[in-house]
Amino acid sequence: MSDIEDRVRKIVVEHLGVEEDKVVENASFIDDLGADSLDTVELVMAFEEEFGIEIPDDAAETIQTFGDAVKFIKEAA
Amino acid sequence: MFDLTGKSALITGASGGIGGEIARALHGAGAQVGLSGTREAPLQELAGELGERAFVLPCNLSDAEAVAALPKQAAEAMGAVDILVNNAGITRDNIFMRMSDDEWQSVLDVNLTATFKLCKGVMRGMMKARWGRIVNISSIVGATGNPGQANYAAAKAGMVGMSKSLAYEVATRNITVNAVAPGFIETAMTEKLTDEQKGQIMGQIPMARMGTPGEIAAAVLYLASPEAGYVTGTTLHVNGGMAML
Repeated sequence: MSDIEDRVRKIVVEHLGVEEDKVVENASFIDDLGADSLDTVELVMAFEEEFGIEIPDDAAETIQTFGDAVKFIKEAA
Repeated sequence: MFDLTGKSALITGASGGIGGEIARALHGAGAQVGLSGTREAPLQELAGELGERAFVLPCNLSDAEAVAALPKQAAEAMGAVDILVNNAGITRDNIFMRMSDDEWQSVLDVNLTATFKLCKGVMRGMMKARWGRIVNISSIVGATGNPGQANYAAAKAGMVGMSKSLAYEVATRNITVNAVAPGFIETAMTEKLTDEQKGQIMGQIPMARMGTPGEIAAAVLYLASPEAGYVTGTTLHVNGGMAML
């Protein structure tokens, strides 16, 4: 759909080693995509670098799904 | 063995006897070294002695802002921090019933809280690099206790518990976190002891001598090396047999 969505999906696919079609809006990083808690920290680090934004810890905790990440980044970028 | 060429190490308390020797050992193995400490003059002197690959990074670890800034300064100076040695420590001894809140807090701040913050500050880079070594300098008294040092012993035991927990969390990223626990080592700190005190201590050490800073540095060098890649969450006791743990 959007450029941001594609870039976020690419990071998730690369980092978690999952199929692209599994990375849907409601996909939970931990429950559906096999991430552990440290993977989610690394995903946030990767988003910060890709989009040149800062995601504070309290905001990072609210990013549970692919959709959450896209929404947050769209608002922050 | 123990080749650190291309690695960058940040060492706190590098102005002291043990810290300086750790810096010499890591530098001697080929690492770039970031020398941190409160007093700049001895750091400059050590950097001059080491020559290339040595950077002076003064930092007062009781200043929270300075602690937060140190990992960034080190990464800017050296390009990365692959190895962190939390060696800096202070003592403010007093018997428990006379120990003030300030004596307690200042020792916890410098010895334990600064260690936590520095570990956190270097972790992002280590996670990205998928390689890292953290060596926290604890103390024998963290394991055995010592009269007059409730604050210091609590901080040094705290470092061990923290190291183990962090070791669990980051093991899959190829980052190891270990502690070295020195016994009585010949430094400015132990020079202040009276002959009677020294005699008493010697009686408790099977080796019947104090350790040297170089013997601590050798333990740190091992834990920082690629060869120690399967060693994490452990405490290496270097104490002449004083406590066999």
